[in-house]
Amino acid sequence: MTALLAIERLGVRYAARQVLRTLSFEVARGEVVALMGPSGAGKTTALRAVAALQSFDEGRIVVDEFALAPGPVPPESQLRPLRRRVGLVFQSHALFEHLSAVENVALALRHVLLRGRAEAEATAMRLLDSLDVGGRAAALPRHLSGGEAQRVAIARALALDPALLLMDEPTAALDPERRGALGETLRRLAASGRGLLVATHDVEFARAFAHRVVNLAAAMG
Amino acid sequence: MIPRTLGLAALALALVPPASGQEPSSRPFLWGGDAEGGAPFVEADQADPSRVRGFDVEVAGRIARGLSGGRHPRFIQVQWSAIDQSVERGDFAIGLSGVEDTPARRARHAVTLPYFEFREVLAVRPADSATVHGLAQMRGRRVATLGATIAYEILLAARDSLGLIPVSYDDDVHPYADLVAGRVDAVLLDHIIAQRALRRAGGTGFVILPEAVATGHYVGVLARADSALRDSVNAVLREAMRDGSLEQIFRRWNVWDPSEGAFFDRVLRGGAGRQPAATAGRAVTPYLPSLIRAAGVTAVISILSMALAVAVGLGLASGRVYGGAWVRGATTVYVEVVRGTPVLLQLFVIYYGLAGMVRLPAFIAAVLGLGLNYAAYESEIYRGALQAVSPLQLEAARTLGFSEGQILRLVRGPQALRLALAPMTNDFVALLKDSSLVSVITVIELTKQTAIYATNVGSWVVPGALCAAVYLAMSLPLARLARRLERRWSVR
Repeated sequence: MTALLAIERLGVRYAARQVLRTLSFEVARGEVVALMGPSGAGKTTALRAVAALQSFDEGRIVVDEFALAPGPVPPESQLRPLRRRVGLVFQSHALFEHLSAVENVALALRHVLLRGRAEAEATAMRLLDSLDVGGRAAALPRHLSGGEAQRVAIARALALDPALLLMDEPTAALDPERRGALGETLRRLAASGRGLLVATHDVEFARAFAHRVVNLAAAMG
Repeated sequence: MIPRTLGLAALALALVPPASGQEPSSRPFLWGGDAEGGAPFVEADQADPSRVRGFDVEVAGRIARGLSGGRHPRFIQVQWSAIDQSVERGDFAIGLSGVEDTPARRARHAVTLPYFEFREVLAVRPADSATVHGLAQMRGRRVATLGATIAYEILLAARDSLGLIPVSYDDDVHPYADLVAGRVDAVLLDHIIAQRALRRAGGTGFVILPEAVATGHYVGVLARADSALRDSVNAVLREAMRDGSLEQIFRRWNVWDPSEGAFFDRVLRGGAGRQPAATAGRAVTPYLPSLIRAAGVTAVISILSMALAVAVGLGLASGRVYGGAWVRGATTVYVEVVRGTPVLLQLFVIYYGLAGMVRLPAFIAAVLGLGLNYAAYESEIYRGALQAVSPLQLEAARTLGFSEGQILRLVRGPQALRLALAPMTNDFVALLKDSSLVSVITVIELTKQTAIYATNVGSWVVPGALCAAVYLAMSLPLARLARRLERRWSVR
């Protein structure tokens, strides 16, 4: 079986600084992979390159047969297949501040998948309920706690039903109890056939919930 | 009668403060006029712009020399429409600058003998000269003049009786330029102003109808309390009429004709020139309809200008945020040029400067001028608001597969709008007040109408308070709205 995500000899330079060099690893369906390394090691850079939010200089990224090549980020019109395959949860959540939780989740359903408003919001409610945050559906992001906002952000990233879910430092702002609940959620999402790539420097969390750990330093051959 | 008056005058001279009394001849005799009015009245000397020349300058000199002890004149520049208020404040002893003899002025100030008789004459384009013989033929057509003058009063009366459309200007040059350009159909003004304009135009472009619409007189105006000095000035003027020195002045400036001699005779006989004194301080109510209409003009101009400013501002801001290097450069130049020059100048350029290419109606020019000016400020608000939306949200939207257009419409735009609403509302309040500037291009809005009203009643107290109340009634609710919007969206 081919990997859901294959990163092959990825290299990224910022001006004179080589951030990533010959980074290679894979993520399979049904798998939670923790991408580990100290702050500034390039974990976020790797996630952003996979989500085509930034360019890379060497190597190749393939997500479910959609390949990204070195050089400038292609225009959005060419990235549609990738957008449907990859969801990203930002460390700061980056929720749309002017929309309620349910509207945050429903927005892409309505305007990208072109579902009707009622159908989109029903789907969004199901996602929020499954993440145990349905009770906060009408709240604006600024009224959500950190944990609630994170679960809304996960629901939003899952709205288009991507096969690969990327998460950047998901435990950074969570208390231990919440960390456990999050870990269970990630396991559950993987069990439904998704691949999860989680950038973290939380060794305990990785050890408890990841199927596999990719150490950034070791993976750069 | 006369001796007693003189006695009172002497007593008054002894009692009144120095500004108007009898002083050592070394003290200058301050007189006020408007050099912007130009020759032959008062103009800056081209050889030495710090000095003024004109027949009113020489009349002022003749008066100063003729006063007891012989004084020397010193000119004080004052805006023509503010001469009455200024002389009453004591800025100078006498105002002389083509100041007209009107019942209202006589009622509120000390006014000298008339020293010049002028005719209100109508100027029309040559094509109309065969068919137009007076105001009666101007029904439904635009007739221009200088605001706050007898001519303007005549036009206002003719608006009701003859159905013509009066257009008021702040100066006496542009009415003729606009007559030639076709923006107005006739100009009613003093014959010496009309003749000067015709000379400037090289004798073509318009003709002056021979029939006078009315006659009027120039006088000197003094503070109401200065009637003693006024009587002394009258004595000097009579002497100057008798000894021919006044005639010489008018001949030097080419404004003398035989009818002027007959007029002097009438003045010296004591019968001529006097107009019946009117009752001072007309009531407020007759002015209310025109003030309400002017407030409407202010509101409509402000709303239309703001709509234009928002539309153009959005375009400019999009250009600065999303455009390529050329678009960014061009929009930046526009914004900096517009913000770096006075809106008054921009209004002049749009209305008068572009007249050679497009002849914009005053109202359109006003909306364009204010709208394009405020567009520069709006665009900066929108640019700041667009850039204040966190870039991570824009990236999150990209990962969800939105197009750039959708991101602007669904994520960035709505949040930027919320940030922009409060400053936009504040700008609208500022625009409401800046709309008073469009009176320079003949649009009569609230402030201009108030100035006309104030000139007529001779006081700024009631008109000023009324005008302020109307502005506040429009701006206070907006200011409150801005504060509410700010509070509502500030918690982020």
